[in-house]
Order: sequence, then C-alpha cells, then structure tokens
Amino acid sequence: MAVLTEEQTMLRDMAREWADNESPVTAFRRMRDAAPATYYDPAAWEAQAAMGWAGILVPEAQGGVGMGYLSLGMVLEQLGRTLTATPLAATASATSALLLGGSEKQQAEWLPRIAAGEVIATLAIDEGPRFDPATIATKVEGGRLTGTKLFVAEGDSAQLFVVAASDGLYLVSGDEGVTRSPRKLTDSRSHAELRFDGAPAQKLEGGDDLLTQVADRATAAACAEMLGMAEAAFAQTNDYLKTRVQFGQALSSFQALQHRMAKMFTELELMRSVVEAALEAIDSGRANVSQEVSLAKALANETLHLVSREMVQLHGGIGMTDEHDAGFYLKRARILEAMWGNASWHRERFARLGGF
Amino acid sequence: MATAIEGDAPVDAGEAFRAKVRDWLAANFPPSLKGKDNGMSAVEGPSEPTPDEDAWRKAMGETGWGVPTWPKEYGGGGLSRAESRILQEEMTRAGASNPIGGMGVMMFGPTLLEYGSEEQKREHIPPIARAEIRWCQGYSEPGAGSDLASLQCFAEDRGDHYLVNGQKTWTSGGQWADKCFMLVRTDRTKKHEGITFLLCDMDSPGVEVKPIRLISGSSPFCETFFTDVKVPKTNRVGQEGEGWTIGKRLLQHERSSLSGGSGAGRMFAGTPLSQIAKQYVGVDGEGRIADADLRGRIVRHEMDMRAFMLTLRRASQEAKSNQGPSAATSIMKNVGARIMQERSELLIEIRGLAGLGWEGEGFGDEELRDVRTWLFGKAVSIYGGSSEIQNNVIAKRILGMLDHQ
Repeated sequence: MAVLTEEQTMLRDMAREWADNESPVTAFRRMRDAAPATYYDPAAWEAQAAMGWAGILVPEAQGGVGMGYLSLGMVLEQLGRTLTATPLAATASATSALLLGGSEKQQAEWLPRIAAGEVIATLAIDEGPRFDPATIATKVEGGRLTGTKLFVAEGDSAQLFVVAASDGLYLVSGDEGVTRSPRKLTDSRSHAELRFDGAPAQKLEGGDDLLTQVADRATAAACAEMLGMAEAAFAQTNDYLKTRVQFGQALSSFQALQHRMAKMFTELELMRSVVEAALEAIDSGRANVSQEVSLAKALANETLHLVSREMVQLHGGIGMTDEHDAGFYLKRARILEAMWGNASWHRERFARLGGF
Repeated sequence: MATAIEGDAPVDAGEAFRAKVRDWLAANFPPSLKGKDNGMSAVEGPSEPTPDEDAWRKAMGETGWGVPTWPKEYGGGGLSRAESRILQEEMTRAGASNPIGGMGVMMFGPTLLEYGSEEQKREHIPPIARAEIRWCQGYSEPGAGSDLASLQCFAEDRGDHYLVNGQKTWTSGGQWADKCFMLVRTDRTKKHEGITFLLCDMDSPGVEVKPIRLISGSSPFCETFFTDVKVPKTNRVGQEGEGWTIGKRLLQHERSSLSGGSGAGRMFAGTPLSQIAKQYVGVDGEGRIADADLRGRIVRHEMDMRAFMLTLRRASQEAKSNQGPSAATSIMKNVGARIMQERSELLIEIRGLAGLGWEGEGFGDEELRDVRTWLFGKAVSIYGGSSEIQNNVIAKRILGMLDHQ
C-alpha cells in the first residue's frame, strides 16, 4: 500500500469498515434482486455523500474535501472489495472534467451540488461497444448536442452528463432532448444508452486533450475498484481452500494450488504498485500520466481477469452457483475490463507513447 | 518515464554530511573509474586490479563506507540509514561503484554480526569491510539443494576441533575464496536440529575444489570436497545444533540482496529493448517495430519491468514507513528472475542468429556478452531458493496455506 498521510489512512480505514459492515456483498445481492431494478443502491450513495465521498475531488471552497485521486482510489478500492453499487466512480470522473475544463460559473453551479450528493454525474463517451475516444460522431450546433452514446455508466440516474462531441467535451444537464434506454449487462449495474436530440449543451475548455485527461482519470478510478475486487476475490478463494477438504486433505495443502495462489499473489502485488503509481502520477501532475494509466489498466485487466476466473475454478461447483458470490466478481470484472480500454488497447497506447 | 525508475527524493537533512562525502569523493575517487562497474565479477572471478582500482578499494576500506551501516568498531562505516543513502546518492552522482562486495558483505557479515561471538566479529568482520578476504558458501550438496536440511556433510566432535568429511556443491567462487561459511551435520538423528554453522579455511589440508563448467562456458561454481578437514571449535558460530536457524537467517540476507534495488537498476539500465529491436527488425510505415507480435511481447516485457521497479520503490517506501518489511518483498526474487530471463530471451530473438554467437569474428561485443548473460541467467530462478521454493514460501508464510498432512 502506498505511503499515506494520516488523513488518507483514516479515510481508507473508515471506507473499509463501512464497506465491510454497511455494504457487504449481500447488499449488492439485495440491490440486484430488487424489483423494480434500481441499478445502484440509493441508501449507500446517500451514506457515502454524508461521509463526504461524493466531494472527495471537489475543493473545500466548493463544499468538497479536495483530497485528490489517491484518496478517491483508496475509497473505490474498498468499495470494489464488497462490490458496492453506487455512482461514486462515475460522478468523480465527471467531476474531473469540471475541475479540468469547467468555467468558474460552471464549477460554481455544479461542484457544490455534486459534493453534497444531490447530483449524480457521469461521462458519456463511447458510441460503440468498445472504448474508442478517437471515433466520435456526436455534433453540437448552436449549443444543441445530437448523437447517441452507448453503455453510459449510471446513465439511468445521472442528472449531469459530460458528453464527448467531435470538437470537445460538453455539459448536458436535465432531460431536455435526452432519451434514456436501460441496457442490462451481466453486472446488474446501470449502463444506459442515451440519445441526445438537440439537447442544450455547454462547452468545457480544453478540446481533445481534455477528453484524454478525463478518460485517464476515469480509467485510474476503474483500476482502483478493480484492485479491491481482485484483492477480495483472491482472499475469499484463499479462505475457501483452507476449509474445503478433498482426498482427506485441505485443498490449501496441495502444492499445485499453492503455486497458483502464489502466482496470483505476485500479480496482485504488481497490480497494486502500478495502480497506486497511476493515481499518484495524477495527483502530482506528472507529464507521463497517460503512460502510467495505460500501464495500470493493462495490468489491472489481466490480473483481475486471472483472479476472477481462478475464483470460480478453485471454488469448483459451488463457484458456479448463483448462491455464491464468485459469479458477481467474474461478471463485474469483465465489464470493467472492457470499459476505458481493454489490455491490448492500453498496451498499444503505452507502446505508442514510449516510441516503440 | 523517469519516475518509474528513479529512487526516492534526496534526503533534505544531513547536508553537512553530503558536503563531507563530496569532498572525500573528490579527493579519493579516481576519475578513471567513473562509470565502471563489473556486474559480472562474481561470475568471471577476480581480475588483475589496476593501481587506481587498488587505491579506490583501499580508500573505501579505510572509511568503512563499503559497508556503510556496519558498526565502526568492526571496520564498518557506522552510518545511519539516512547517511548511507546520501553516500549512495553522491557515489551515483560521481559515477563511483562500490568496490567492497561479495558474499562476505551480502550474506555472511550481517549474519555474523547478529550471531557471532565478540572474538569472531573482531576477527572476521574487518577483513570483509576492507575486501581482503573472500568468502564462499558451503550450503548445497548433491543430495541437498532445495531440500537443504537433508545435507549430509558431517562434522565429528574431536574435543578442540571438528573433523569434517563430505561434499558441497555449487560453491560459488570456491576456487577463489579464502574461507567458507558452511552448514554441517553434527547429529544424524535429527533433521533440522542436527545442523551446525562452521567457518573453514579453504587452504586447510583436505579441502579440494573442482570447478563446474556451466552452459554459459564459465565456471563460477565448484564442487568442494572435505576429507578429514580439521575445523577449530572456535570457528563454530552459535551453539552446536543451532546452524539451521543461523543458516536460514543468512538465506534471508541472500534473497534480499539478490532482489535488491541496485542490482535490478543495473539489470535494466542498458539500451531499451525497443530501440535494439528497431535496429535489428526494422520499422513499419508508422515507425513501429516491424514484427507486430514481437513488438507486443516487448511491450509486455517493458510493462512488467516498470511494474517491478514501481514495486521495488513501493516496498522500500513501505518498509521505511511501517517499520518492517513489506509483503511485496516476498515476490521480488521471482519477478526479478522472470523479467531478467525474459529480457535475455527477447534479446536473443530480436537479433536472430547474430544473437546466438558463441565466440570469434562476426559478432559484436554486446551480442556475445548477451549470449553469456542469457545462459548464465537461467540460474537466477534456481539459485537462492528456486522459483518453486519461493512460491512455497509465499503460499505458506504469506498466505498461510497449509502443510500437506
């Protein structure tokens, strides 16, 4: 774990305790089984806002706590462990866009409400099923935005959208000219298709580079959630191997399984280093943020893929049942792997940035 | 991406000490040695030192700065960790490498400081700090490698001395060593408790070394035979039967030095693979390495290497802030070995047959050197506890997985 300030340590411990006690995986299961479907847990989101997490990136002057991305990552990691379903990552990612490209007026209008948990915000970038920020057809004419965005996280409940158009990022608020259609993915979370039909839009400063910077921050946030998921999936698997007896021995005593676990532990340690380094790179404003983020996402994707697959395999038949949690981790893992670029997309970008 | 590789920020305190080190280096470090560091000296054996090298070694030996944190009373530098870091930073700045090293420094010295008697420390530590005495390690035997506690080399109690009979193998640098720290059996009825830690002069009658030729062509390891070798009892470290505990502690020092940051930094300090690949394989229309599959594997390797360096940095920051080793240190040896071997394999592949030259005309120095490094590098996942043994250690000690009943 990165070296934390006292404030960050307290935040992490508080988040860990809250997730374990107030938002265990059973809460996710309840949310999934609820009818009508909510795609997130409003009570958990309210509690998070009350603890100040919705404003974790928002400066104190605007009602937030202004703690930065490593702190956001610490919280998302803890929530990832228990699969907590709230719009924190999406809202924080959209907050990044306001912080980097918002005018004083735009910031004053939105940041305090975001920090208070009154507004759920999200990014709407992709127009196809794969992450592709280079191909955007959405257009803005006369302050009206038109286009279709696929698989927008928290698109069902968000009141504020940061939308990528061909000439930069725009803020779209409210429902005028916006049509939402839920898309049910395996993780039971919110991924709506959004049709913008002349929706009033305000431009953010910064153009193409802003999109890259915002996407990098959203990617790093996803990596933090993935780190927590991988950590929890691994720990649960390790615990299971100690209790399950076969051939008169605890599975935990078989060397073939021990070496698989040691391999996963190794990959997890490397994953933690690169994810924390990416968050730190953003906080300290390093020039190489994009390369650090691509490094983190490529490793996070592969490690979580491995750990979630092994979680099912090493649990055997029980891991195949809906009654067990393994499937939740597997399904959410694949969603996060696909969001913000898969491993090969990030390896390609890493290579390009490195001049390979 | 310098941040992934650079160390911690320079220490603010101790500016006076920094000035002292700078002055001392200016006065004592021969400029002819700037940037020279033979990382392969352990494999290639001692070379004939130049007068400058001799002078530099002597100067470092006198200050004790070759072993900066060892106590001054035994010839060490007596520096705090912060001072030691300043020294390292200033040496790096000056392009100076540490001429004091070897197994005495990496493994035996720290162990003896912990377990040795006062007399033993006074006798053995100063010559290590001055690089006057070379030590070798008498641990492995033909039937006791990863299962080290199965060792059979026997030391019989003969009153004031032990009579040692048996064989050791993989004795690194045995043919060049003055002394050997070894594990011997003093009791055949108990496995771990029957082992004792002894110090033996390599020129004692009855000690015979036979270098083993490796696939790389070099012979840095020996088989060492002991026939009725007398070892005085004053050369026993700790009590009889305590050798396993002491020996394991030494292995911890060995592991941490094998996976340590400076070695890793040196390992990856060379020309980036991507640059070498562009030279041998060429580039496509967009300036990318022409062989797409190879390019992909080079990217993966580069990412692994960055992740490893970031983990080294994280582990050292954590160790400093939590007053103890980080869990991440347990993975270092395997990851370091994997990356080093992968780099060598990629280099061979990038260069085609030019990357497989054995000797003679038609090959560049780097091409020939990297072939030897490739072959010798196969040892890094075997020595110091094989990767399989490391995985056992991770599973049992870190993950708390169970012993087979």
